[in-house]
Amino acid sequence: MRVLPSGSTALLVELDDLDEVLWLYAALVDDRPEGVVDVVPAARTVLLVTDPAATSLSAVAEAVRRTTPRHDQRGAGELVEVAVTYDGDDLEEVAHLLDCDAAELVRRHTADEWTVAFCGFTPGFGYLTSRTWQLDAPRRDSPRKQVPPGSVALAGEFSGVYPRESPGGWQLIGRTDLAVFDLSRDPAALLRPGVRVRFVDEGRA
Amino acid sequence: MTRSVTVLETGALTTLQDAGRPGQGALGIGRSGACDRASYRLANRLVGSPPDAAVLEVTFGGLALRADHDVLVVTTGARCEGQVPHNAPTPLRSGAELRLGAPASGLRTYVAVRGGFAVEPVLGSRSTDVLAGLGPAAVTTDDVLAVGEPASPVPGIDLAPVPDPEEGDVTLRVLPGPRRDWFTGDAWASLVTQSYTVTTDSNRVGVRLDGEPLERARTDELPSEGLVRGALQIPPSGKPVLFLADHPVTGGYPVIAYVVDDDVDRCAQLRPGQSLLLRESAL
Repeated sequence: MRVLPSGSTALLVELDDLDEVLWLYAALVDDRPEGVVDVVPAARTVLLVTDPAATSLSAVAEAVRRTTPRHDQRGAGELVEVAVTYDGDDLEEVAHLLDCDAAELVRRHTADEWTVAFCGFTPGFGYLTSRTWQLDAPRRDSPRKQVPPGSVALAGEFSGVYPRESPGGWQLIGRTDLAVFDLSRDPAALLRPGVRVRFVDEGRA
Repeated sequence: MTRSVTVLETGALTTLQDAGRPGQGALGIGRSGACDRASYRLANRLVGSPPDAAVLEVTFGGLALRADHDVLVVTTGARCEGQVPHNAPTPLRSGAELRLGAPASGLRTYVAVRGGFAVEPVLGSRSTDVLAGLGPAAVTTDDVLAVGEPASPVPGIDLAPVPDPEEGDVTLRVLPGPRRDWFTGDAWASLVTQSYTVTTDSNRVGVRLDGEPLERARTDELPSEGLVRGALQIPPSGKPVLFLADHPVTGGYPVIAYVVDDDVDRCAQLRPGQSLLLRESAL
């Protein structure tokens, strides 16, 4: 664990891999150090944002170093089922890039549970990982200007669902009608860190 | 009866802002809120509104309002030309107009009304986040903005003696960021000695600076990581982006330094063309 400076109000904790991020994040959510107003996990880091009136950066750094990561985190969260029509524009091509065919890619994508590791890019966009997903999908050479909401996509070791129309460079393999981010619902974001996801094949359109 | 004001003109950009949406970064939701937090807090204090009441954030003046009922208003931040109640709470009678000219210095003016603007909060805040597209839409001509009920007495301050935003060169204190070691020693020296120019490519998300590009010591890709306002991120151009209120929750380019939080509000008042000096500080 490396604790890196991030200005006068925040600390960035750098870890060796995504699992360590999940473990530390789970522990910090359960037992948030005093004076910490936000905890933001990412691929290799956890950002702790403090209220400078309520604590000091050295006290928060000390609290983080004393935190025992929660190794039992994966598999403990709420389960969300995402019904997918696997007819994405990039399905055939990305299957080819990953040395399989479309049917095999769908089989693998639906084979095991995914877990939301962290969010980013846009509100409610979850970066999902799966223990058994061994594929590494390259991003598109040129991002799309408009990716439709509900698009189910791959990039690197991650899968994700676009919450709304936005630009995007991920490979589109399918779509869902499930609104993963809905301001009229509480919570608005379905895919929060720690939530488990199972993709279900609705059949090709 | 709900009191209100009607928007006659908006200027370049007027948005509703409050203290923002803290604590939701893990959902990909940024803090947002007023860019110049000190001026925002002062505005609410002067009219006796709660510290998290919604105000108008006006970019480079140009806002015109008509009171539909008697209200108490104040402006803070960038002082605009015209008959303006700057840092001095002033009654605006029903039918009277408040017209902001261009500011003499600074960029953002805050208009608070006693009781606050009573728009519907989104995810706990009435702030417009221009990057995420969350919160109320930007204010447009003919909008009728409801005014809330005052909850506490007017503090009885006639005039708050606060300095106007700076003209000319602005000096900000900076601290090393998490990825200072991704840059050469010369790059750091360049960052804290050169004179940057604020570009027109600046908004509530961030201020783009023009200057000598900074050279990286390592060129591998950085996995995206969380950041807060005041971050000085260095994209491939080598020229810093200074992030403000609507910064992305995470960023994929290295953050070489941070502006000290106490100096970040002044960043919100930087105008295109203004010179900026960054000076190394200590925590």
